[in-house]
Amino acid sequence: MMGWISVALPAVPLLGALLLLLPPRTLRAPLGTYGLIFSGVTLALSLLLLATFDYGAAARMQFEVDRPWVPGLGLRFHLGVDGISLPLVVLTALLTFLCFVHLSRGRTPPRTPREPAATQPSGGRAGGALMSARPRALVFTLLVLEVGMIGTFLALDLLLFFVFFEIVLIPMYFLIGIWGGAGRRPASIKFILYTLLGSVVMLLGLLLVWAQTGTLDIVALSASHGAGMARSVQILAFVAIGIGLAVKTPMWPLHTWLPDAHTEAPTAGSVLLAGVLLKMGTYGFARIAIPVLPEGAAAVAPWLGAFAVVGIVYGALACLAQRDLKRMIAYSSVGHMGFVLLGFATLTPVGINGALFANVAHGLITGLLFFLAGALKDRFHTSEMPALGGGLLARMPRLGSVLTFASIASLGLPGLAGFWGEMLALFGAFQPANGLPRGLFLTYMVIGGLGAVLTAAYFLVMLSRVTHGRPRPLTTPSPTPGESPAGDAAAAVDDRLIPGTPDERPVAPLGGTPAHPSATATLAPSPADNRLESQPAGQDPGKEAPGDISSRELLAWTPLVILILLFGLWPGLLLSLTTPPVQTLLGVLS
Amino acid sequence: MIQQIDYFLIAPPLVLALTAGLVLLLDAFLPARPRTKTGLGLLTLGGVLLALGFVVAQAVAAGPARSTFCVPPHLAGGPGRSAALCSYVVDGFTLAFAGLVLVAAVVVVLMSMTELAAGAIPVGEWHFLLLCTLVGAVTLPASRDLIMLVVALELVSLPIFALTAMKRYDGRSSEAAVKLFVVSVVSTAVMLFGVSLLYGIAGSVYLSRLAAVFAGQAAAPGAVSGPGLPAVVTVGVVLVVAGFAFKIAAVPFHSWAADVYQGAPVPVAALLSVVSKAAGFAGLILVLVTGLSGQAATWAPIVAIVSALTMTAGNLLAMRQRSAVRLLAWSSVAQSGYILAPLAVAAASGPANAPGAVGASMAYLVIYAAMNLGAFAVVMLVSRTAARNELDDYRGLALRRPAAGLTLAFCLVCLAGLPPGLAGLFAKVFVFREIVQGGAGWLAVVMAVNTVIGLYYYAVWTARLFAPAGAAAPSPYRPPVTAWLAVGLALAAAVLFSIAPQLAFDLTSLSASG
Repeated sequence: MMGWISVALPAVPLLGALLLLLPPRTLRAPLGTYGLIFSGVTLALSLLLLATFDYGAAARMQFEVDRPWVPGLGLRFHLGVDGISLPLVVLTALLTFLCFVHLSRGRTPPRTPREPAATQPSGGRAGGALMSARPRALVFTLLVLEVGMIGTFLALDLLLFFVFFEIVLIPMYFLIGIWGGAGRRPASIKFILYTLLGSVVMLLGLLLVWAQTGTLDIVALSASHGAGMARSVQILAFVAIGIGLAVKTPMWPLHTWLPDAHTEAPTAGSVLLAGVLLKMGTYGFARIAIPVLPEGAAAVAPWLGAFAVVGIVYGALACLAQRDLKRMIAYSSVGHMGFVLLGFATLTPVGINGALFANVAHGLITGLLFFLAGALKDRFHTSEMPALGGGLLARMPRLGSVLTFASIASLGLPGLAGFWGEMLALFGAFQPANGLPRGLFLTYMVIGGLGAVLTAAYFLVMLSRVTHGRPRPLTTPSPTPGESPAGDAAAAVDDRLIPGTPDERPVAPLGGTPAHPSATATLAPSPADNRLESQPAGQDPGKEAPGDISSRELLAWTPLVILILLFGLWPGLLLSLTTPPVQTLLGVLS
Repeated sequence: MIQQIDYFLIAPPLVLALTAGLVLLLDAFLPARPRTKTGLGLLTLGGVLLALGFVVAQAVAAGPARSTFCVPPHLAGGPGRSAALCSYVVDGFTLAFAGLVLVAAVVVVLMSMTELAAGAIPVGEWHFLLLCTLVGAVTLPASRDLIMLVVALELVSLPIFALTAMKRYDGRSSEAAVKLFVVSVVSTAVMLFGVSLLYGIAGSVYLSRLAAVFAGQAAAPGAVSGPGLPAVVTVGVVLVVAGFAFKIAAVPFHSWAADVYQGAPVPVAALLSVVSKAAGFAGLILVLVTGLSGQAATWAPIVAIVSALTMTAGNLLAMRQRSAVRLLAWSSVAQSGYILAPLAVAAASGPANAPGAVGASMAYLVIYAAMNLGAFAVVMLVSRTAARNELDDYRGLALRRPAAGLTLAFCLVCLAGLPPGLAGLFAKVFVFREIVQGGAGWLAVVMAVNTVIGLYYYAVWTARLFAPAGAAAPSPYRPPVTAWLAVGLALAAAVLFSIAPQLAFDLTSLSASG
């Protein structure tokens, strides 16, 4: 009936990508809006999906399309949406659209005037600069990425799922490898090797399921709850599929590709990587691994929980040790995904609901955090926290407050989206499914709770380093107080980029900080000068200061902020959507 | 005694052979002018297409398998048995292989016309030798006796030595030819020895009779002692497998591949990697699955181990290559391993599974042919401007020549088996499924690991296509239209198999049932 939406969702970005392959160069001029249009149509379709979804039957597959594709392999083109995949589809469409909004920023001025060309290679690249380097390829890559991401959440056939799951890899590889930062080559290779190895293992697991049951249809497999597969086979298949998904998630020992990939990826890449790609791994657990292989899940769940808890603590401890903001956010993803996996490991409706909630919340919050980190990197050409100095709230009040908001949401403040998922996951661990060792899961819960405390700790430390404190001039090395009256911007930039010096600037502003603000003012580049003077005077920035949030950025971030608030204040909105399908998929277990 | 020959059945090789003779005559008598070159190329192309037309006609007039060159009934000992003793059989298997070889040949001929346009290579001889190879490659899948198999296989191999050496005054080319010659002759000798042992035991060269004897359904005239078959059968089987392993460049007989591919002109390398390999696999499938299915206990483990070693060695060697052609050479060795894998389980789970396994091998071969030819066609284009043809010469190709660069990228992604190169993915999935169902789980794991290794070097090469170009100035070379036709044809096939992989499976499952 309404199946066309399911087809159209991946088809629209695909069409957009294919049109870009056509030779005419007429498209070159409005390329920024071109991507915006296609991702916007996709977003509109996903909103239509949201509007016409039958919420009374969230457990049922809706908007189904089921056509034979490769009869020789029993492969069907089977797409559909239920309560689990609906939020993720919308999230994907939204984040992609926001990425295009972010990229179209700075399109009108090809390069921000105050960034000299010389600084370009060393730091990450700003959105505008990104669009000036092979824009056509960038738009193409992002659109193909969107095809894969949306298709993964729609696919209801094991091989089709795998195909979409894999389609994502190549654009992501190019996104990191071509538009990434300085260390992009090794990061992209690490990313692709890790995920490919995981995928191949997963493919083996999927084929094992296929060989045992003779069908590839996820709906049929979920409905049969593992009937027809011996326990040993289920365990084997669960481990194989789980490894593939765990690499993508990423689960603790398999996460090492993530920090590099995140750090080197351009902002749009980081946002989509954290916001959507990681969700594909966890979604696979909810869609395939747990419902199709319930006995395997029950057998492996304690291990999964153990790895998840280690991930939580490890992620938090690693975050405490990071100096790079993007890297810190990347490690925080490891921790958050640990909560998600812990939720899955409980195999209870509460835990899995919590996991799915945390999944979406993490997509929103970490997406926003990466947007912010990218914005900071665009402005300061570094994401080293010590080099950023303190006092962001004073220097750029809006950016600083959004960063504070996102960080607090991420550390799980009640009332914001980050809280419910983790709370429910821990609550699920309090009372795990029958047959799981309760004592063990209680331990997990306690350790996970400690991890939550550590999460709060590192985010607060980060905030104290970056947003709080007195706004120091970015460049002042401690021994040379700001005596140079000729504080020209070029020298400032150069200083900031010296890799060695940041290490010498600890969190606490020591006596070396300039004693009087006038020195600060002379050293800082002139736009900052303006703002510093105007800031104490009151909320009268006059014209939009170049440093603070631009209207494009505001446009890109506002939806995320609103959604974080919405889901934080009204978690039932999302939970009512996921509860029915979770209960059906757990059917036998609970 | 008078033999009835069904000329319609042998039309494809006949057409090719006649065209070959015609090309040689015309080359001798026509004046050596550029137009003659093109004319001879077109004549060759016409011959191949006509042969392809006959194959299609035979496929359309499908029915039960038809055969010719049969042993007359009064000699075979009764009318009932004559049907089984034929040398030349046209069935689904034959048609699928012949079709594959001829379509690949069209691409190779187009590539040759591009290569020959540069001069320095005698045109008439080239096309004559190419057509001779094709005669062998089309005859081979139809052969149903050992002698004819060996003759056809030699007919495939011998002209290739000469073709490899065609780049006169090029030391590397001559070296490659000598290497190929020595390896091939040794392999032929080994195989002939194996064949003679099998003949000695079974007392017949016909595959159908061999199958009966080695399955224990008929008495073995050569076995004098005791009821069972003597141990020498094992030796024969192993030697025959070894002989074919040379042809398909399987481990441990793989070491010639890279040097020969690199030394030979690029179209010959494409010919070696697709047509000659397809012929080798056709022979191997015929001998093992049709002739020696009763001896599966002997050859199945050997094939499995050889397959695992081949894919591993090919991939590991490919990882370190800097030259594009050498990389493709080792990657095609690795791909041989994948094609070989289903054969290892073909007979493991009873004859019911054999058609599926053979179908998987053939589907992989068909898809491999498309994507590999695409890669070689682009490599040849690049070789016209960059003589050394190293991977670094491909830096920024997708930006300099988008059509060529994107084609190569797509073919490499297909070879790697990644979406969007779905053709390669489905081919691998098909093979995986056969292996897992056949119970060779360890082989599936080896293949999985190898797939990942393969992904690495394909991905690295692909990434280079999109990397910013070096200082290399855009070359003034404008490739002729034949080059683009070759590229386009291969790409079209690869895209077609990506969108509708069912086509490849239909083609080949038809063959397996036939």
